[in-house]
Amino acid sequence: MTTIHLTVNNQPHTLTVPPMKRLLDLLREDLSLTGTKEACGEGECGACAILLDTGSGPELVNSCLIPALQADNATLTTIEGLAPDAALHPIQQSFLQAGGAQCGICTPGMILATHHLLTQHPNPTEAQIREGLSGNLCRCTGYMRIFESIRQAATETAR
Amino acid sequence: MSQGNPILGTSPLRKEGRAKVLGATQYIDDLTLPGLWHGTTIRSTIARGRIKSITFDPQINWSEYAIVRAADIPGENSIVHLTRDHPCLAATEINHVAEPILLLAHPEKSALLAARSAIHIDYDELPGVFTIEASEAAVEALHHDPNATSNIIWSGSNSGGTPNCFKQYQMHTGEADETEDALAAAFESADFIITGEYTTGAQEQLYIEPNGVIAECDIDPATGHIRGVTVRGSMQCPYYLVHALALVFNLPEENCRVLQVETGGAFGGKEDFPSVIGSHAALLAMKCGHPVKIIYDRSEDMAATTKRHPSRTRIRTAVSRDGKLLAGTIDIALDGGAYATLSPVVLSRATLHAPGPYKWPHLRVRAKAMATNIPPHGAFRGFGAPQSLFALERHIDKIAHTLGLTPEEIRRRNFLSTGDRTATGQLLTEPVDMQHLLTRALADSGYHARRDRFAAENPTSRIKRGIGIAAFMHGAGFTGSGERRLNSLVHLDILPNGLPQILVSSTEFGQGTNTILCQVAAEALALPYDDILIHQPDTTLVPDSGPTVASRTAMIVGKLVERAAHQILTTLRTHASLPTPHTRAQFIAAAQSYLTRHNHLRASTRYQPATKIHWDDDLYRGDAYPAYAWAVYVAEVAVDLSTYTATVTRFDALQEVGRVLHPILARGQIEGGIAQGIGYALYEKCVYQNGHLMNNQMTNYIMPTSADLPTIHVYFEETPSPHGPGGAKGIGELPMDGPAPAILNAIEDATGIAFTAIPLLPEDIFERLTAYTTHPHGGTEDLNPATDLDTETESPRVSA
Repeated sequence: MTTIHLTVNNQPHTLTVPPMKRLLDLLREDLSLTGTKEACGEGECGACAILLDTGSGPELVNSCLIPALQADNATLTTIEGLAPDAALHPIQQSFLQAGGAQCGICTPGMILATHHLLTQHPNPTEAQIREGLSGNLCRCTGYMRIFESIRQAATETAR
Repeated sequence: MSQGNPILGTSPLRKEGRAKVLGATQYIDDLTLPGLWHGTTIRSTIARGRIKSITFDPQINWSEYAIVRAADIPGENSIVHLTRDHPCLAATEINHVAEPILLLAHPEKSALLAARSAIHIDYDELPGVFTIEASEAAVEALHHDPNATSNIIWSGSNSGGTPNCFKQYQMHTGEADETEDALAAAFESADFIITGEYTTGAQEQLYIEPNGVIAECDIDPATGHIRGVTVRGSMQCPYYLVHALALVFNLPEENCRVLQVETGGAFGGKEDFPSVIGSHAALLAMKCGHPVKIIYDRSEDMAATTKRHPSRTRIRTAVSRDGKLLAGTIDIALDGGAYATLSPVVLSRATLHAPGPYKWPHLRVRAKAMATNIPPHGAFRGFGAPQSLFALERHIDKIAHTLGLTPEEIRRRNFLSTGDRTATGQLLTEPVDMQHLLTRALADSGYHARRDRFAAENPTSRIKRGIGIAAFMHGAGFTGSGERRLNSLVHLDILPNGLPQILVSSTEFGQGTNTILCQVAAEALALPYDDILIHQPDTTLVPDSGPTVASRTAMIVGKLVERAAHQILTTLRTHASLPTPHTRAQFIAAAQSYLTRHNHLRASTRYQPATKIHWDDDLYRGDAYPAYAWAVYVAEVAVDLSTYTATVTRFDALQEVGRVLHPILARGQIEGGIAQGIGYALYEKCVYQNGHLMNNQMTNYIMPTSADLPTIHVYFEETPSPHGPGGAKGIGELPMDGPAPAILNAIEDATGIAFTAIPLLPEDIFERLTAYTTHPHGGTEDLNPATDLDTETESPRVSA
């Protein structure tokens, strides 16, 4: 067991966990943040994607591949941290309006991937959108409504 | 009908969408119950044989675990689908890899891993039967020698099948003998006889949320009797699981409660399989006296649960010089896997879609589902139709090439239209205009200009571009008399606040059930969409409105909701002075006034066919489906002769699905289905070795990513249908049917090579292109010159 300090969605936490516990399990089991999903367990699908900042800025990572130890002193954002108040984040709003969420299981990871993409490219090209989301699998939408959601979110945040 | 703003045809926000984008939606793995234990399944590692012994390593303290074997099952050791051949747990006989043998549960999930590896099962292994051909060969051997049963893996007794064959259908365009005579005459005199064989592979549904359930078992502490079981989980068809539990536990159905929780994708993969995992978890709950959760990880889900049926279709056609289909025979074989499960009905849909949207003066379709030692194949969007339409639409292009006609022209000369009869004799009374759909699809997609451009550019390019079309239809609702048998029931309640709540067993798993049913009710009741509630399916509260499958929910259940809403209005107008038209406030006032006098207000509606439906299950003739959606899809591909990769570079999809209830959801359905269809054609391959799925991971089972798919252009032609609410028909499965043939037609346009099998991976293209110089036909078929007159006319356009 090891003790780690981390900040999740602006809340500081000190946890004693097995050092190799998956960050995904730490979030879901120890912090009850179940918005982060497991779908493949091997870093292929992005359902467990979160934003992890270990000091050099937020990175989009698959939390199923990160041992808890690696999140010591890190700052994390999960889907629950995007809209701390009742109001939806503009990305969440655009996914809701444009049909970017169907079954919803990939949606938290998709929205965080979009957040990361729009941080890097506030006005992403189609190629940047496709590249930015290529680590997040969606089986329902064929991605077209998700692309549209991202275009709407980019327009909205640019205003 | 509506007195306010129209709601049907607009795109209100998805009912459960807000929780989904917030990440607040609770799926089954996000739920827990007090005292919850975790369950796991011990599965066979061989494909066929008998269990010799099971030993438990004494290093583990097994008293901490609940262990369930076949002998512990209180009712019948059978998962009920259409027959009862499918064991809940294997007792001695093993018929496929990953067949469940034992169930284990423990309070700590982490304790299951060590326990799993401490159970040793010894087998007497038998050689497996892994392909349609091997299964057929065993039947053939049996015909020669009644004692040659060594490769008969499914007896067929008591299940309506024959050895190694779950089901067979034979369908003729007319009386069987007369049709056979007409076929013989047509093949005798036709200008051209064109034959082809087409194959499709297994496909994983790959819902992003794996299968999972939580089960509870209520045991009378005094007597030890099981009073009831409750299962909640990710599923499409709560009442299917009720039927399964009732059999496994020998309980009345009313004591088996099933709740659907938010479901993270299904696509047919959660139609029949939840009956298995749900029964397993309930058995463990019975054994340990605690709620038990089973969540499959991806590798177990892929290895053990159903896939799309692999198929082989042989088509023989007699065609006149001017391109008219004169006669045809179509022989379909599906690989059903080890147990019958849903194979008979998948085969039925394959049979009924085999003729495509064409006029066949004389046609015979024979279809069979064969047993193999592969985990049972099951429901997947399209349900047999993608297999037979792939074969037919590739074959239609082959006819065009043979005759020197364009793919467009051959279709125009044979399309069904209003007033024609389909191959089953169904009179098409509602408007069908495939000619217009084709014209519009080609115009909207810029087909002719692109085809000409590619033909000019290809000779000097390493990247060969091509464009292909597929024309097809998909029947909405259950086949023939199926909807009458389902006898679906819907309730619409008025709650104490005076507003309505829909009660149905129809499930939401991303496709939009909640949203469209609420739109239908809102429009019919002239209330705002936000006022309509829909209850999460719980079989103690919601009636059986049928399974959420077969593109039936919008059309069939939607119509029932619409009728129930009209009943409510009639009641309130008659008994509570509701004016016509009414405002929201007037509706609420009337509803509450009614409730104060009568305590409750519920409208219940049962299925009634919109028009008379005649179907003969023995002859396989009549009105196969209440309604059809019609479509023409256009695929553009680029085949890179350096990497042998085929990529879809543009996709245009035009369909007539009746009234579009919710344009954004409808587009989402079409685009998502096309993405799965592109995966089916070019990416997704199930690799089996000795019955083991070797690539049961997302790492090596490749579905399309956002970087792989082209822009998909979606167009609707709206012809209102009398069958669905506001004129809607079914939409969900249609987009799965067209992409694969359109893409392979485009690849033939690009390369001149007639590929006939999917999935078509770069290694397949490499093999054919590099073997081209030694292959005279430039096609994957080995053409028989005796029956195939196109050998000379086929001129490959590849210069590589």
